[in-house]
Amino acid sequence: MRLYFKYVAIIIKSQMQYKASFFMTVAGQFLVSFSAFFGVYFMFDRFNEVEGFSFAEVLICFSTVLLAFSLSECFFRGFDTFPKLIRSGSLDRLLLRPRSVILQVLTSTIEFSRVGRFLQAVIMLCIAIPTCGVTWTFAKVMTLLLMVIGGMAVYCALFILYAGISFFTIEGLEFMNVFTDGTREFGKYPLSIYGKGVLSFFTYVIPIALFQYYPFLYLIGRTDNAWYAFLPLIGIVFILPCYAFFAFGLSRYKSTGS
Amino acid sequence: MKQYLSFFRIRFVGGLQYRAAALAGIVTQFAWGFLSVLMYKAFYESNPDAFPMEFSQLSTYIWLQQAFLALFMPWLFEQDIFDSIVSGNVAYELCRPCDIYNMWFARNAAIRLSNTVLRCMPILLVAAFLPAPFKMTLPAGWLNAALFIVSMVLGFLVQVSISLVIYISAFYTVSAQGIKMLSITLTEFLSGAVIPIPFFPEAVQKVFNVLPFASVQNTPFLIYVGYTGGVQAGIAIALQVAWLIVLFAAGRLLVRRAMKKVVVQGG
Repeated sequence: MRLYFKYVAIIIKSQMQYKASFFMTVAGQFLVSFSAFFGVYFMFDRFNEVEGFSFAEVLICFSTVLLAFSLSECFFRGFDTFPKLIRSGSLDRLLLRPRSVILQVLTSTIEFSRVGRFLQAVIMLCIAIPTCGVTWTFAKVMTLLLMVIGGMAVYCALFILYAGISFFTIEGLEFMNVFTDGTREFGKYPLSIYGKGVLSFFTYVIPIALFQYYPFLYLIGRTDNAWYAFLPLIGIVFILPCYAFFAFGLSRYKSTGS
Repeated sequence: MKQYLSFFRIRFVGGLQYRAAALAGIVTQFAWGFLSVLMYKAFYESNPDAFPMEFSQLSTYIWLQQAFLALFMPWLFEQDIFDSIVSGNVAYELCRPCDIYNMWFARNAAIRLSNTVLRCMPILLVAAFLPAPFKMTLPAGWLNAALFIVSMVLGFLVQVSISLVIYISAFYTVSAQGIKMLSITLTEFLSGAVIPIPFFPEAVQKVFNVLPFASVQNTPFLIYVGYTGGVQAGIAIALQVAWLIVLFAAGRLLVRRAMKKVVVQGG
């Protein structure tokens, strides 16, 4: 753990060398997510509600997904460059070092410029929390917290899965973007609006709904079933099969030799 | 002219080589389009009266958008060009006996076209065979079909000239990262890539419609689905031509000014 923080400190220092570029990227990220926000805003301006969800309620949903995604992306996106590590043969170098591969991959890049997206999510949450009509009891606050943590875990698991697949394909799979960037994009609305099929896919196959939809229902008082609030914890368990797959890939790893 | 055609051909043929990437892209875009259509369906069912067009028109709009994504996507830039301006290698390009604006124009257009050629057919085909309100329909009429083709070509050229203005701005700012990101966001939002322009409030629509970004994908797609027709379509196409001339002239002017005072980075 101490080693992890040391790596983090090094990365912060190196990224701060290009201050102008750093802040420009942060500002850019901030604005990019704003266009998505305005997209949602204008849709509600016209339609007022979607399947009974109000604008403020959807904002809660949108901001938790964005929050989870941006945090996860900030710390775990090292896996995103993993296909590159394999192709260039740099992974061999990591394997030679007497430290765990995961730690080294995690610390190969940490994108602090993602803070722009994070800020955006926080602002949306600040708008949504007082206006969505939820009485914020301790249980509800915990639910929101669990949603974010569960979301981080699921996205982290997806990044690991992506890295694991690249052991076999050598190059990255663009299709995986549907699950990461795609769910960030479409997860701004509660997943039930896409219909039963999509909802069950994102419940049983890729557990996005476990942190995005079911606890959200409990949060806004659509259901009294308090168990829904704990479903994000199952989302965390999703890391295990993904990690197992990654470990399996690693054990079968043959260097590309380049 | 011949030399620019060769630049075009090199990039075009080069782009056609990435077939595996195109296949992955097709699957992704299909999923993307599918979820978009479902999302609008939910809004439609919540409040059908507020929907600004027929639902089948919207489905067609979404599928057109996905199929021709590469033609109009604002984030398609050649990183090489930005890098060459930062590193100073652009000096070699300037030594060539051809106009740098035309050359970059040909390259950007070629990449967009080759990507589209690889991707559009499968998406359109599958979308055409989906069940009724979700499927891609035929154009609203013969006149619309003809105007659509004219408008597509114009929209494509407008998008390329917008990209060119961004390339050239790198001469002035050195690091184009910021302006690039800003332009991508603005173009996406104002061109109706986030939500189609008819979904905005009336007052906002009026402003958006006269901006150059509405002339990119909004105009041809709305003509195809029959949302704009007749005189309106004529005006929209005239506006496309006007913006194309303005952006083209602006790009050339910026190049000329940059050439006069350009200081090539050493190293």
